[in-house]
Amino acid sequence: MSTPELIAGNSLFHQAMRRLVRNRLAVFGMVIVGIIALAAIFGPAIIFRATGYTYDYIPADSNLVKSFAPSWMHPMGTDNEGRDLLARVLLGGRISLMVGIISTVVSLLIGVAYGATAGYAGGKLDELMMRIVDVLFAIPYMMVVIVLLALFGRHTALGQLFLLFIALGAVSWLTMARIVRGQVISLKNQEFILAARATGVPKWKIVLRHLVPNTLGPVIVYATLEVPAVMLLEAFLSFLGLGVQAPLASWGSLASEGIQNIAVFPWQLIFPGVTMALTLFSLNFIGDGLRDALDPQTKRS
Amino acid sequence: MLRFVVRRLLSTIPMVLVVVSLTWGLIRLAPGSFYTGEKALPPAIEQNLRAKYGLDKPWYVQYGKMISNTARLDFGSSLKYEGQPVNAILWRAFPVSAMVGLLAYSLSLLVGITSGLFAAVRHNSKWDYSSMTLSMLGISVPTFVLGPILVLFFSLTLYWFPPARWDGFATRSAVLPVLTLSVIYMAYIARLTRSGMLEVLRSDYIRTARAKGLSETAIVLKHAFRGGIIPVVSLTGPALAGLITGTVVVERIFVLPGLGTYFLNANLNRDEPLILGIVAFISITILVCNLLVDVAYAFIDPRIRY
Repeated sequence: MSTPELIAGNSLFHQAMRRLVRNRLAVFGMVIVGIIALAAIFGPAIIFRATGYTYDYIPADSNLVKSFAPSWMHPMGTDNEGRDLLARVLLGGRISLMVGIISTVVSLLIGVAYGATAGYAGGKLDELMMRIVDVLFAIPYMMVVIVLLALFGRHTALGQLFLLFIALGAVSWLTMARIVRGQVISLKNQEFILAARATGVPKWKIVLRHLVPNTLGPVIVYATLEVPAVMLLEAFLSFLGLGVQAPLASWGSLASEGIQNIAVFPWQLIFPGVTMALTLFSLNFIGDGLRDALDPQTKRS
Repeated sequence: MLRFVVRRLLSTIPMVLVVVSLTWGLIRLAPGSFYTGEKALPPAIEQNLRAKYGLDKPWYVQYGKMISNTARLDFGSSLKYEGQPVNAILWRAFPVSAMVGLLAYSLSLLVGITSGLFAAVRHNSKWDYSSMTLSMLGISVPTFVLGPILVLFFSLTLYWFPPARWDGFATRSAVLPVLTLSVIYMAYIARLTRSGMLEVLRSDYIRTARAKGLSETAIVLKHAFRGGIIPVVSLTGPALAGLITGTVVVERIFVLPGLGTYFLNANLNRDEPLILGIVAFISITILVCNLLVDVAYAFIDPRIRY
């Protein structure tokens, strides 16, 4: 029963991949994101080997504790404390990408579980669960997140980061739940589910093994577009001083340090800012390409 | 229609109460209090302070007082800006945010719809590809990168506009904030207009209009436009609400005395009445904006009835 399903899914998947690879902008996006991810993972160690600088290394010589313009030693210059900006931008990349991915995974888990339960259960329970989502949807979330981070946070850098994950993940599962529920409802009366029920597959197994895998197309598309959206939100919060705290860095917090010296040391803003814009640009193209590839109906005619 | 509007307006009341209660709960659960500063206070003084702000009463009394304040839309005085009623601050800050927001959204609609229309009509042309790539760039460049770069170029190099100052709405100081705020919405609107128009242009009634021999301009502007613009109308509710109630980031970049700035400061100062006042005010605005959009649907799409 599951074998023909698998083969059909596979060939559709292969078709989608072919369409994705033909989309030049999406491929461009994947290459750029790949390069930035590799640089964020391995870059800091290479910089340390080459120059002895880490993201939080403040030179002992007080003549070096000031912002230098880009040079061979510091390709992106240094910040006010004399820290190497390239190392900080790469650390920022690590944290920004991590925040984007972890928060998306959190929202994926909550959203899929919630949406699949509501969709499969149907009836009163479905109605109640979706009313809750409607109510939560109307809440101006940016405000609640600001309240949460400003009042509870600002104690330790790591604690703040953890709070940020929770806040961002909690905000973004609502749309996911709606998408999954819609998909599950349209799937649950189809024959393969009926067949599974008839052969006595338990409910939880039907949801996990048969329904959830079939909703993955739209979920993947939404999740890919969710990553840049969450990264942007994180950057906004860090820019406001509510997100990632020094000595850690994210692209938003680097930009917020840079904006104060924009007239004198423009590189402090431009390098993190441009890196972030380039990453978001690429991620958005990947998401768009995936949507076109997985959903040929809405594809450009 | 009228019944629909009244019912929706009534349903905003529990919504606002939920948001305000949630915020109040968060403020109360947070460690410390607004008067706990750097140094510890003598117990006698602390007790006086608690009595002054009603913190010595049981929580349900405090909660009831907060709810009755919210119901009367009277949030008391700010703790930080002493002696200033929250409502006075709201009415001072709201026009700044609202003006900048409205201007930015008008600009976004104008540019976004025009370029989206052209992209859809000249589908798969050079214009289509370049405007869509540009709009993707607009979505991807964060405002806190765009704003400072505009400042660097127009204020610090060309000296056209002041970098970070607010002289009022009809002055040069409004140009850069409005521009910075509008770019991302411009980009969204262009993409939404394009995809909405593309979908409508493929539909049967457009083929009928073509078969009747109508001119392409008449088809696009008279027949397709109404249907194609619906996604932009859906965006307008939340977008407008967000814009006129201030965006914290842009107001911070340009040091605008708007609601966003006051909201951020209120949170950092733990100014409870001001936080609750702004939260309630913004929630109401958002809900009213969403209602207006739903009413607008009925005018644009005659198939929608309430």
